[in-house]
Amino acid sequence: MQTLDSIDAASLRTDIPVFRPGDTVKVHVKVVEGTRSRIQVFQGVVIRRHGGGVRETFTVRKVSFGVGVERTFPVHSPIIDHLEVVMRGDVRRAKLYYLRELRGKKAKIREKRETAPTG
Amino acid sequence: MATRERKGILGEKLGMTQVWDETGRLVPVTVVKAGPCVVTQVRTPDRDGYDAIQLGFGAIDPRKVNKPLTGHYDAAGVPPRRHLVEIRTSDASTYTLGQEITADVFEPGAVVDVVSTSKGKGYAGVMKRHGFGGLGAGHGVQRKHRSPGSIGACATPARVFKGTRMAGRMGNVKTTTLNLKVHSVDAEKGVVLVKGAIPGPTGVLVLIRSAAKVSLSRGGAA
Repeated sequence: MQTLDSIDAASLRTDIPVFRPGDTVKVHVKVVEGTRSRIQVFQGVVIRRHGGGVRETFTVRKVSFGVGVERTFPVHSPIIDHLEVVMRGDVRRAKLYYLRELRGKKAKIREKRETAPTG
Repeated sequence: MATRERKGILGEKLGMTQVWDETGRLVPVTVVKAGPCVVTQVRTPDRDGYDAIQLGFGAIDPRKVNKPLTGHYDAAGVPPRRHLVEIRTSDASTYTLGQEITADVFEPGAVVDVVSTSKGKGYAGVMKRHGFGGLGAGHGVQRKHRSPGSIGACATPARVFKGTRMAGRMGNVKTTTLNLKVHSVDAEKGVVLVKGAIPGPTGVLVLIRSAAKVSLSRGGAA
């Protein structure tokens, strides 16, 4: 919807780094408790990016005390204080839903090698 | 009828998007390109029996305007507009002919009603048009899954009552959505962001006016 680009531009964030599904990220989330505000870190694997423009969201999955936890954030949400990419993952899918069925070592994602090995 | 001070503006629906409010919550908004409108007539109790203002909006080729309307616009001293609408307001006398009305008549947080024409759905069945439940999906129902069922008794009254809800043309009618909130106003671009959905397709003519059924304590018009 190009006619609304000028309105969406005000909401878009430019400080979010480039990241893909498979990457391990730390999302620093602003949590407001009463009057105090603090930062909570949610670290996990990005299993999907969904939508585009101001509506784009991404889902981070982590396993906490043996329980899988997924959290979906709008990419441009102001509740994200900042986002850091911990590791680039080597994956062949855009949606990593298969990770939900895997446990332990099988659920690990290999790190992406920057230069492709030759030979 | 005690009229309140009401404000209104005509505009064009540009579509929907989302923005965040200051607490970081997502707000779905409809973007309306509102105005500029022009006051083409002020109705007074002496002459017309009631207080109202008439607003004109939209460009039109003057050759397409018929003679009586051209005279009407000439009386107001403004070039012809495509759309005209009347808004009952008790403070009509404070408006002057030819006065321009822009998007900033509404403040963020104002409660408004939005009048527009809903999307046409064509010839729709009773389930879509009136929310009927339809008949059973199984248990021997034969090719009647979305039909209305009975539309009345037999020999008494021996007719179908007027107004019985049946299939027919749906949508493409004037629809008013009550008590929407103005999220923000960009006077420079002439854009009003209204929280929530507005009936009709993108590009539809939209009338935004102060809410008719809201108490003063909730931000209604005086």
